[in-house]
Amino acid sequence: MTRRIVVTTAGLSQPSSTRLLADRLADAVTAQVSARGEAASVEVVELRELAHDLATTMTTGGMPTPAVAQARDLVSSADALIAVTPVFAASYSGLFKMFVDVLDPEAISGMPVLIAATAGTARHQLVLDHALRPLFSYLRAAVVPTGVFAATDDFGGAGSADLGRRITRAAGELAGAVVAAGVAGFGPSEGSRSAGTRVEQQVTDFEDLLAGLGQ
Amino acid sequence: MQFGIFSVGDVTQDPTTGRTPGEGERISAMTDYALKAEEVGLDVFASGQHHNPPFISSAPTTHLAYIAAQTQNLKLSTATTLITTTDPVRIAEDYAFLQHLSGGRVDLMMGRGNTGPVYPWFGKDIRQGVPLAVENYHLLRRLWREEVVDWQGKFRTPLQGFTSTPRPLDDTPPFVWHGSIRSTEIAEQAAYYGDGFFHNNIFWNIEHTAQMVELYRRRFEHYGHGSADQAIVGLGGQVFLAGSEAEAKKAFRPYFDVAPVYGHGPSLEEFTRMTPLTVGTPEMVIERTLGFADQVGDYQRQLFLMDHAGLPKDVVLEQIEILGREVVPVLRREFEARRPAHVPSDPPTHASLVAQGPGAPHHLVAPARASETAAATA
Repeated sequence: MTRRIVVTTAGLSQPSSTRLLADRLADAVTAQVSARGEAASVEVVELRELAHDLATTMTTGGMPTPAVAQARDLVSSADALIAVTPVFAASYSGLFKMFVDVLDPEAISGMPVLIAATAGTARHQLVLDHALRPLFSYLRAAVVPTGVFAATDDFGGAGSADLGRRITRAAGELAGAVVAAGVAGFGPSEGSRSAGTRVEQQVTDFEDLLAGLGQ
Repeated sequence: MQFGIFSVGDVTQDPTTGRTPGEGERISAMTDYALKAEEVGLDVFASGQHHNPPFISSAPTTHLAYIAAQTQNLKLSTATTLITTTDPVRIAEDYAFLQHLSGGRVDLMMGRGNTGPVYPWFGKDIRQGVPLAVENYHLLRRLWREEVVDWQGKFRTPLQGFTSTPRPLDDTPPFVWHGSIRSTEIAEQAAYYGDGFFHNNIFWNIEHTAQMVELYRRRFEHYGHGSADQAIVGLGGQVFLAGSEAEAKKAFRPYFDVAPVYGHGPSLEEFTRMTPLTVGTPEMVIERTLGFADQVGDYQRQLFLMDHAGLPKDVVLEQIEILGREVVPVLRREFEARRPAHVPSDPPTHASLVAQGPGAPHHLVAPARASETAAATA
């Protein structure tokens, strides 16, 4: 079966080093899934293209625009997520957080996630563990142990070979988690993920709601 | 089918003049809108209930009684009554009183719709919003249907040998709607009792509204009140009318762009695509509104929000005039033409509920229980 990998990338410039890192991670994950005898497809959500829609969703009390609803469906139905952001003011970018803010709280529950970030200097590298990892822990995602941080120097400086090794290691961890997740329909279900874009048609019977209040 | 207007009673600055109406002025304007609604042949005027600025609609029964005294046919409703933070005993008494004053022209729309701080002001906890709505409404039904009530619940002081007065007019409680935008429990609640379900609709796309209505319809049938397409559905909507689309947009855009609820965000055009907002000619409004029935099924009540975003009083009165004279007559005709014979045209009214007699399901506290018992013994 084909595993669906969704990439969200929050770079703002064109070309974007954040997108560059995202693509390298996606390629590495695809290769690592293949190495485990499975196929992987990659879908990229360029958050820059959603910037206006995200602002609209925010200012209309959470009513998603069609583009935001589509992105939410895409992310929550994925088998794994690669989330990449530039570092702004010592943390993930506002655009990145806006997207996370419009996700359903159950959108990526239990989903294998690879976190990655880019910045001008290596001094920002703890952003992965001080900002991104707690955020995804809140969403109950299964963040893989290796996060990938790339400073400008990593794209051609002395340490650039190290970046390649970090990408391979992180991709291996994500691929392992995805393949280990098994095949849908075999074995017990892994619980409920929800894009929050549809009205749940299963409801608690009203007699139970009343009974819960002793009526 | 019933058509009407609903107001949330916000005091909003007119962005084109910088002028903000006084509270008394706003209250008086809302009264004039209701009188205008009756004059141009609309069926319903509904008032919100809020307990925080910039809203003035804190005492809807007082206001609706004042309007009732000046009208003959207009049905008076709430949009919505806060069933979470208002004592159900007060609701039972206030609205039974209003029923008597108005000759039965009253129905209610229940809602949780409260901002966080309102709950503690009334000694409640917003995290208990749904249980409050469930328990309080169940008590309200008992107060209107049982002469003497002994009651103990989770949220309110127990009642021992309590009789709510006055008793409902003709011993027939008002028809009740449950308003919900997203909470499926409230659609379920409406279905359980066989009450109406109102989807405000104005901040959501029609596909979402349709899914909420679909849930209510399916559960209405499940609880034995009739077939799904016979369930009693109401929708909100908001429009701005003029002789041409360009004229309507030119007049409304300055208000839309800075409106407290959707201003500074999407463009008028985007918001028109995403929600039922229609800014244009009567023909455009007619076409859009008729389209709602394609999405949610044939329904029984359509309310329009007309007096929002700081629109001045003379403009709102003119809007209600156009709505009543040019839009609603066509909508009435077209909605009736498309409606299958077995689907009710109107929601229950006081007269229709009285006509059903004292043994009708409406008089039971929990009609769904009775129909389940009947099904079990059949």
